[in-house]
Amino acid sequence: MALAKTGGLKRYYDVNGWLFIAPALTLIGIFLIYPIFRSLFLSFYSGKGMMLKFAGFGNVTRLSNDPVFLKALANTTTFFVVQVPIMIVLALILASLLNTDRLKFSGFFRTAIFLPCVASLVAYSVLFKSMFSVDGVINQALMAVGLIGTPIGWLTEPFWAKVLVILAITWRWTGYNMIFYLAALQNIDKSIYEAARIDGVPAWARFVHLTIPMLKPVILFTTIISTIGTIQLFDEVYNLTEGKGGPADATITLSLYIYNLTFRFMPSFGYAATISYVIVVMVAVLSFLQFYAARDRS
Amino acid sequence: MTPTPAPSARTWRFLPAASTYIALSIAAFVSLFPFVWMLISATNTSIDIIKGKTSFGDAFSTNVTNFFTLVDVPLVFWNSAKVAILTTLLTIAVSSLAGYGFEMFRSKMRDHIYSLVLLTLMVPFAALMIPLFMMMGRAGLINTHVAILLPTIASAFIIFYFRQSTKAFPTELRDAAKVDGLKEWQIFLYIYVPVMRSTFAAAFVIVFMTSWNNYLWPLIVLQSNETKTITLVVSSLASAYYPDFGVVMIGTILATLPTLLVFFIMQRQFVAGMLGSVK
Repeated sequence: MALAKTGGLKRYYDVNGWLFIAPALTLIGIFLIYPIFRSLFLSFYSGKGMMLKFAGFGNVTRLSNDPVFLKALANTTTFFVVQVPIMIVLALILASLLNTDRLKFSGFFRTAIFLPCVASLVAYSVLFKSMFSVDGVINQALMAVGLIGTPIGWLTEPFWAKVLVILAITWRWTGYNMIFYLAALQNIDKSIYEAARIDGVPAWARFVHLTIPMLKPVILFTTIISTIGTIQLFDEVYNLTEGKGGPADATITLSLYIYNLTFRFMPSFGYAATISYVIVVMVAVLSFLQFYAARDRS
Repeated sequence: MTPTPAPSARTWRFLPAASTYIALSIAAFVSLFPFVWMLISATNTSIDIIKGKTSFGDAFSTNVTNFFTLVDVPLVFWNSAKVAILTTLLTIAVSSLAGYGFEMFRSKMRDHIYSLVLLTLMVPFAALMIPLFMMMGRAGLINTHVAILLPTIASAFIIFYFRQSTKAFPTELRDAAKVDGLKEWQIFLYIYVPVMRSTFAAAFVIVFMTSWNNYLWPLIVLQSNETKTITLVVSSLASAYYPDFGVVMIGTILATLPTLLVFFIMQRQFVAGMLGSVK
């Protein structure tokens, strides 16, 4: 048999190995690898529309003097710095509650809390926009229980618009993260908890000293995924604010600014590509830092 | 197994148990409320919705009629379904082949390439959309569904999922098939696919949902009403200067219904697919 010969088996493996991955590699090459380098190349050019001329690091200098960019950078940073930790902690708490022994209706609770991540980003943003209108159902409920005296301008006041975006993303993604933790918790040997309980370790201490360390790999994974997602925030902000990122750029994100620069006005491909590389650098640095931080402690 | 606790212990444990139920009930209520709000609001006028009316009204048929007058519903649905189903089938075909290839034919070179593929998971879409838009413009594909499909088919995430799942594929089956003289593509098609059907089902659910809900790239590429998908239609109805929220609600229901159905029918596969990425 040809295969039995030295080299024959190797060649058989090689040809088949390449054939199976060829379609995927071709597509990734054309629609991922090429564009990411093309963006880098574009970021050294400036001009409107197709009239591009070489500008060296001109776009980078322009960044530091662009108030809208600085605002978008600050907003994007605020969103992930505030939102990701809130969501991760919330998801961890809900997962450990759902992991309680002999919990009744656990199937119902799990499905209910998970359901938001089935809703499309556009659909839920639109729903939130209608719920958070000035005379809307949320303001009325908050006033009815006496939490606020006058309606909050969720969509008209810069601070509250940011809060609304954070609330919305948290609603959509907490259940998603929770499912990861729940699956990880169910793989943990219950006897460890039993032993801790018998030794008189209180519930909060079991959570901090047992649950969190054991879930560390999953927490790292979900934190990276959530951070990457939040840095790229677009759909929610676009649909809550009619594509403006308002009021007064209070909710504009880097992705939304890139979109506006490219597709709303006369396109500035070069400058927009430069901003897109700010996102690339942020994602890379933060993923590295989170990975490094988690490695270091173990 | 555990001995019945003494009465005092039972009362002591009752309080934390009650707070668990209260906390979970609040979380479930908050999670479900927007869905209920969507259903209630579909029966109310735009003014009532903005004023936060929480009871069913009688504007449902008006809203539906207005929605169907404003939107060519069968066309929009067809566009969404076409894009989502084609994307799903092509993504699964390409990614399962790659996952099988990377796992079954290990070589140093291919392992390096695989790490590179995983690295693309971190590439933000914002850094791709400008060159992709220019490419599609040059190819004359702006405003076509092909332009939506092409860049979304090769998904590093789904390739990863298939490779991880392939680790559980019994190699004895493959060896036996080889002895029987089956070619590699026959093994893939007639043995691997049927054996791994739960992996395929999970991938189907994940890719279908992502594709159905896809927004930014279609927003850039699809510019005429004839090609728009349901998410784009809902978004443009809601971003009008004075949006008619009653009509918008009908749109959100129609946009959410297919993914809700897929989720409830294939909930197990959905969760399995999601978790497949951490195992």
